[in-house]
Amino acid sequence: MSNSTDNLQKIKSSLKRRSRSESRFRWYGRVAIIIGLAAVLALFVDIISKGHGAFKATYIQVDIHYDGDRLGVTSSADKSQLMQANWDALVKSGLREKFSDVSGRRDKRQLYKLVSNGTGFDLKEHLVANPLLLGETESQWLLADDDIDTYYKSWLDGEPYDARLTKKQIQWIDQLHQQGDIRLQLNTNLLTRGDSREPEQAGIYGAVMGSLLTLLLTLMLSFPIGVAAAIYLEEFATKNKFTDFIEVNINNLAAVPSIIFGLLGLAVFINFFHVPRSVPIMGGLVLTLMTLPTIIITSRAAIKSVPPSIREAALGMGASRYQVVLHHVLPLALPGMLTGAIIGMAQALGETAPLLMIGMVAFIVDIPQGFTDPATVLPVQIFLWADSPERAFIEKTSAAIMVLLSFLLIMNISAVWLRKRLERRW
Amino acid sequence: MESSNLFLLMLALGACAFYIGRGRSLAIASPLGGVRHLHSLPNYYGLNALLWCALPSMGLLILWLVLDEPVINSIVMGALPAELVPSTKADFNLLLNKISNLADGIMSADGQPAFMVAAAESMAGLRVISQWVLTAICLILATIGLYWGWRRVAAEYRARQSVERVMENLLLACACLAIFTTVGIVFSVLFESIQFFRSVPFFDFVFGSDWSPQTAIREDQVGSSGSFGAVPLFVGTLLISAVAMFVAVPIGLMSAIYLAEYSSKSVRTYAKPALEVLAGVPTVVYGFFAALTVAPFLRDLGADFGLTISSESALAAGLVMGVMIIPFISSLADDVITAVPQAMRDGSLAMGATHSETVRKVVIPAALPGIVAGIMLAISRAIGETMIVVMAAGLAAKLTANPLESVTTVTVQIVTLLTGDQEFDSPKTLAAFALGLMLFTVTLLLNIFALHIVKKYREQYE
Repeated sequence: MSNSTDNLQKIKSSLKRRSRSESRFRWYGRVAIIIGLAAVLALFVDIISKGHGAFKATYIQVDIHYDGDRLGVTSSADKSQLMQANWDALVKSGLREKFSDVSGRRDKRQLYKLVSNGTGFDLKEHLVANPLLLGETESQWLLADDDIDTYYKSWLDGEPYDARLTKKQIQWIDQLHQQGDIRLQLNTNLLTRGDSREPEQAGIYGAVMGSLLTLLLTLMLSFPIGVAAAIYLEEFATKNKFTDFIEVNINNLAAVPSIIFGLLGLAVFINFFHVPRSVPIMGGLVLTLMTLPTIIITSRAAIKSVPPSIREAALGMGASRYQVVLHHVLPLALPGMLTGAIIGMAQALGETAPLLMIGMVAFIVDIPQGFTDPATVLPVQIFLWADSPERAFIEKTSAAIMVLLSFLLIMNISAVWLRKRLERRW
Repeated sequence: MESSNLFLLMLALGACAFYIGRGRSLAIASPLGGVRHLHSLPNYYGLNALLWCALPSMGLLILWLVLDEPVINSIVMGALPAELVPSTKADFNLLLNKISNLADGIMSADGQPAFMVAAAESMAGLRVISQWVLTAICLILATIGLYWGWRRVAAEYRARQSVERVMENLLLACACLAIFTTVGIVFSVLFESIQFFRSVPFFDFVFGSDWSPQTAIREDQVGSSGSFGAVPLFVGTLLISAVAMFVAVPIGLMSAIYLAEYSSKSVRTYAKPALEVLAGVPTVVYGFFAALTVAPFLRDLGADFGLTISSESALAAGLVMGVMIIPFISSLADDVITAVPQAMRDGSLAMGATHSETVRKVVIPAALPGIVAGIMLAISRAIGETMIVVMAAGLAAKLTANPLESVTTVTVQIVTLLTGDQEFDSPKTLAAFALGLMLFTVTLLLNIFALHIVKKYREQYE
């Protein structure tokens, strides 16, 4: 009797401790989730807060006099005249007129640095597009230099970053601001141009095109091959050592570090087959090998989910095994396979490491037009910009990341949507 | 003819073959009294003709494209007078490149030695000849195939079986690509590594503690042989991976347990995908985050407490890598935890255990093999992760276990050794392949072991 009271006493005294430990355990779980979600939030907030500014660029309004005599241009259709003309002089004289009190070589040189050094080229294009402007004066918004851009944006935010500007330049910007001749405008360069050493002129269009071409090739190769392999393994392969070996290989390849695929591409495709470096074909081949395991695994799952009764019914009607697969299994498994393909493509789109190995890190200004043009891809462009010392590239990099993440978001959402809409539950 | 045009032409011929084969089968069938007197459906006769027409010639086309450049190069270089052929491999390749550029018209012929111009001309000529021969042979093969496929059309010909046999082989070939890829990886890293180990002894590489791969440009330069002791890299890799695991394992595991055992359904539906967002973020983004946000933050934080934290500290790279791996561990752990049968939980609860006691003493032990396998896969991920460490970890190989200092990793060194233009057979580039071999072996062993555990215990409770 006393024994059981003792036990009861023991249990009672331990209850508090046990319930405390219960609630502590719950809190561990909650804290873990909160930390995880906080990491997601921190990542996105950090990138968006750094990158949102890049979608706007600073422009300065200057009166440009398209002086035909000074340019030596008599007709805007004459290419050689246009080539030789000193377009920067237009910008310079415009700036001098605006700040007529500036004198001295050093001050003038600083004055010219207010606008981007590619402005002359823009003016040329503008004149070619509007031939009537020759000899006329037009007030135009010119792209500001990246240092000015960084300063002006930070100044608008109330924390001016003036490390790279002189006192005079800051004064001029103040003056421009009071006159309303400096403003933020939508940055079209970011989405319409290729890479550049000048942050204000650099854009991601080239990288986006490179990514698109590379992904297109990856999809064209890896989807048919992956589906074919999955069909073979699920529908035709007999269970033997060889099939097991294929399966082990696929499962292992899915977990091999991506950089190893880069080494493979370097050693086999470039050194052995002499595929040129830095081209979408090369990237597509490497990414195909990399995404193939993912596509095979998801396609197999999709084929597995088609109930055997469908196959049996078709076989019973006299269809051959290939007819069963082609006419019945494949159409029913297709939504699942497409989902897998999209996930694989999303993986390929974000991949950087193997592409570094095969030379897609080159500095490429031109927009790639085909599979054999030198190209870079979006993640590699991000890597290159993140490595650049110019402060303005931080903003650009974050903006490029935002673009990349939105592509990935679209792909993943469409995969989820596809799964919800088209996948049939049996 | 351009290879791409040739390819299109073959496709067109293939389509013709299909219609011709199909048409002939229909023509044969109609006097017999309709399609049902044929062995196979008309489409199979068409497909059979198509395969006969397209497959051999396509195979030849691909083979030719792979082989023609090396063959032409060796013919051109073989035709050069022996005294003009450079003895070293590098010079040989340089000369070959120049000749090839001349032949392509990329380089102007002005001022180039006459023998090179001549070689370039012969190369250009050979290329044209090769293209035409290829076109001719492909077209002849395709036509013969088409004729053969057309001739074989007969009422009793088993066209469907013939087509299906070919298809099965094509499917098998696709499945075998996985094997070829593995073989390709093994051979490419192994082959180059063996070359590397000829100049640097294997044990010096694996046990050496000094890593400075800078090799001299000239032969006679002082310190021309770099030292390739990889221990600092292994230690650096392990250090960063360990930091990552310290972050990812508790958080990933606890969030999986909470989501599987405690949370309400609505929390689960939102929190789980939100966590999985982390898995979809490209590693280059994490690298940027680590290098530009986390590392400076930690450095400043350390400065406030009087600690010197390197701005390329292992801590920053490891923390961010840990965040990347959280969803990996949590989704794998979630799978195994939900696979533990409810009866076991009920039994434990019925004995008076609290929920957390049930989880700790019943569910986790039951799910342990799967959890261990998941952690091993995560370690293999961390070891092979490249972009985060390339962007946020250092380049200098330092042998230290202090996470506040900057260390370098195997993957960082592979990238730095191989990006940029280097001679391909210098020990410096070959060292990257030796590191790749180490990386591949370690991750392969981890993966095989983990998959083995998963397979062995997966169906234990089903």
